[in-house]
Amino acid sequence: MSDITDLPVPALDPEAWTCPAPLRDRPRVVMGHGGGGALSAELVQQVFAPAFGGEVLAQMGDAAALSLGGVRLAFSTDSFVVRPLFFPGGSIGDLAVNGTVNDLAMSGARAAYLSCGFILEEGVELEVVGRVSEALGAAARTAGVEVATGDTKVVETGHGDGIFINTAGIGLIPAGVDLRPQRVVPGDVVIVSGAIGVHGVAIMSVREGLEFGVEIESDCAALGDLVDAMLAVTPDLHVLRDPTRGGLAAALNEIAAASGTGVVIRERDVPVPPTVANACAILGLDPMYVANEGKLVAFVPREHADAVLEAMRAHPLGADSVIIGEAVEAHPGMVVARTGLGGTRVVDLPIGEQLPRIC
Amino acid sequence: MKYIDEFQDPELARRLLDDIHATVTRPWALMEVCGGQTHSIIRHGIDQLLPEEVELIHGPGCPVCVTPLEVIDKALEIASRPEVIFCSFGDMLRVPGTGRDLFQVRGEGGDVRVVYSPLDALRIAQQNPDRDVVFFGIGFETTAPPNAMTVHQARRLGIPNFSMLVSHVRVPPAIEAIMASPSCRVQGFLAAGHVCSVMGVGEYPDLAERFRVPIVVTGFEPLDILEGVRRTVRQLERGEHTVDNAYARAVRPEGNPAAKAMLEDVFEITDRAWRGIGVIPDSGWRLSAKYRDYDAERRFSVDGIQTREPAECRSGEVLQGLLKPHECEAFGTLCTPRTPLGATMVSSEGACAAYYLYRRLDLTTPAGREVSPVV
Repeated sequence: MSDITDLPVPALDPEAWTCPAPLRDRPRVVMGHGGGGALSAELVQQVFAPAFGGEVLAQMGDAAALSLGGVRLAFSTDSFVVRPLFFPGGSIGDLAVNGTVNDLAMSGARAAYLSCGFILEEGVELEVVGRVSEALGAAARTAGVEVATGDTKVVETGHGDGIFINTAGIGLIPAGVDLRPQRVVPGDVVIVSGAIGVHGVAIMSVREGLEFGVEIESDCAALGDLVDAMLAVTPDLHVLRDPTRGGLAAALNEIAAASGTGVVIRERDVPVPPTVANACAILGLDPMYVANEGKLVAFVPREHADAVLEAMRAHPLGADSVIIGEAVEAHPGMVVARTGLGGTRVVDLPIGEQLPRIC
Repeated sequence: MKYIDEFQDPELARRLLDDIHATVTRPWALMEVCGGQTHSIIRHGIDQLLPEEVELIHGPGCPVCVTPLEVIDKALEIASRPEVIFCSFGDMLRVPGTGRDLFQVRGEGGDVRVVYSPLDALRIAQQNPDRDVVFFGIGFETTAPPNAMTVHQARRLGIPNFSMLVSHVRVPPAIEAIMASPSCRVQGFLAAGHVCSVMGVGEYPDLAERFRVPIVVTGFEPLDILEGVRRTVRQLERGEHTVDNAYARAVRPEGNPAAKAMLEDVFEITDRAWRGIGVIPDSGWRLSAKYRDYDAERRFSVDGIQTREPAECRSGEVLQGLLKPHECEAFGTLCTPRTPLGATMVSSEGACAAYYLYRRLDLTTPAGREVSPVV
């Protein structure tokens, strides 16, 4: 590499042509470690997985696929730290049920039982705890799942954010169903079940006090029924993923990386509602990276794609399902978008949190 | 989408591209000044669709990229103080200072908050009278007026616990510095539309005349950029060098008088260091004497900061259009958005980040090869 101070630009100060030190190692946890992107993956791969060991964990699915006494079970856990506790279209109670139910659904399992752990901050109103619990119970009944066990802890004021909830769930994986990214092959068709970015923008609109002219409601929903409808067409779906933190981009990247295939999507076919697109344009965010809570992305063998799409569209939670791309042999592990103008671009895994731009 | 879809229409884009292809007879090097334009060009693949003869050089217009290391280090120092609530736009939090960034300060217990408007920071100051609230005021002519208004409001409302760390920069002196450099290859400029919506176009005719360079005020959507390129190329092919406004829906010749008046009241022009480039005379703003009490640098006495930057990073050359991001040996290996060597890789508007995020495939794929089947 040439010495940059040798460059002949006397009108400017060559002494200043240097750049900052890299931040390769972070000695402390930062918010991005929980953002569902590259930092989250590093934390799991470099800290948790080596410490815990275990073959099942190494599968790194949203839910673990277990075999117990000859029965195939899906097992998953998730924690919910959303602010505010109630938002347009849902609450932390709905999320706590739907998040875990959907993680199980992505392995093809219908959730049967949930555990529910509340971490309450000293001082939070019991009326709020009651409303959250009501919402949680109602969401469980809607999803057809029973809360079978639970736990409560209280932390001192300032050590929590009102209410944190952890849920874990188990369900049965039907015979013949084997959903994992390793089954993806070139030619598989990529389907999303509807508009993306809605939940993330809904939360942002209330958390940050932003108004976008139109109220945007979270898409928070349990997807077990929709998955059942898809599996009724064929048990031979290859992989399902609910694109929550990190959005559609993170879900597609995880599948591409784990399957070793490339993924190509047509940008103009990705369903982004105008309200979400407008909000993201104002904030300098990319809807592809914004969280969803009631959507799924499916990789389906080409021969079943039309029938699966039809079944999805016949279900209320999949009415706006659309094919957005396919798995390809080229660029293994990488997601590429064809832009509306005809160019191509890489759709990368997000690093940590998406940050609103300055202008 | 209303108001945006219209400016991404593939059919209209094709017509503009056809016109550009028909107009170009020889190579031209154009610089898009603004990082937002760079981002849009790379994100939509516009550079792939232009004739080979039209080279787009990415300019220094990313406010995050050009904020000097010394100022970042001052921000880190101030944000670390227990009595301070430090407020910033989101994308400044990941920019590395000497050894750490604002995220790290927050992880260490600093009260660092992302805000969407400087007025949010002022509100936080009102709500926390026992804390010192500092807003990180960076950016070009676009973000300077609301920041100026916030300081004005702080004084008008008598909010004593609010101050601003100011590092604003101005575009025309940067264009002048780039054009005055003997190694400059730029033959035409796509001026930043939102900067001109504030400042108008009055600062450009002298530059266009002096350096005999066309300057076309350009917006940020794909059709805006193609139209800006089309008009610039047309001038170059005809041997013209005038200032042309291709973003008339947002830019009036006189700009925004109210915003300009606010700038004049609160700020004064000063020399300013640009990260990776160096000091450019008269290229920045600082608080004027009338508002000096709201200057966080004075309030927290953060002089004597020792900065430290490694020599591997060549973002200074990238910012001046002397080097394409992927021509740097560290690009994509030592330097990625996850492990940035320089601010141009950190910022979402940085040219290096745009290349890494959107164009990595082309850079590793032989030219002309179809990257994937049409889906």
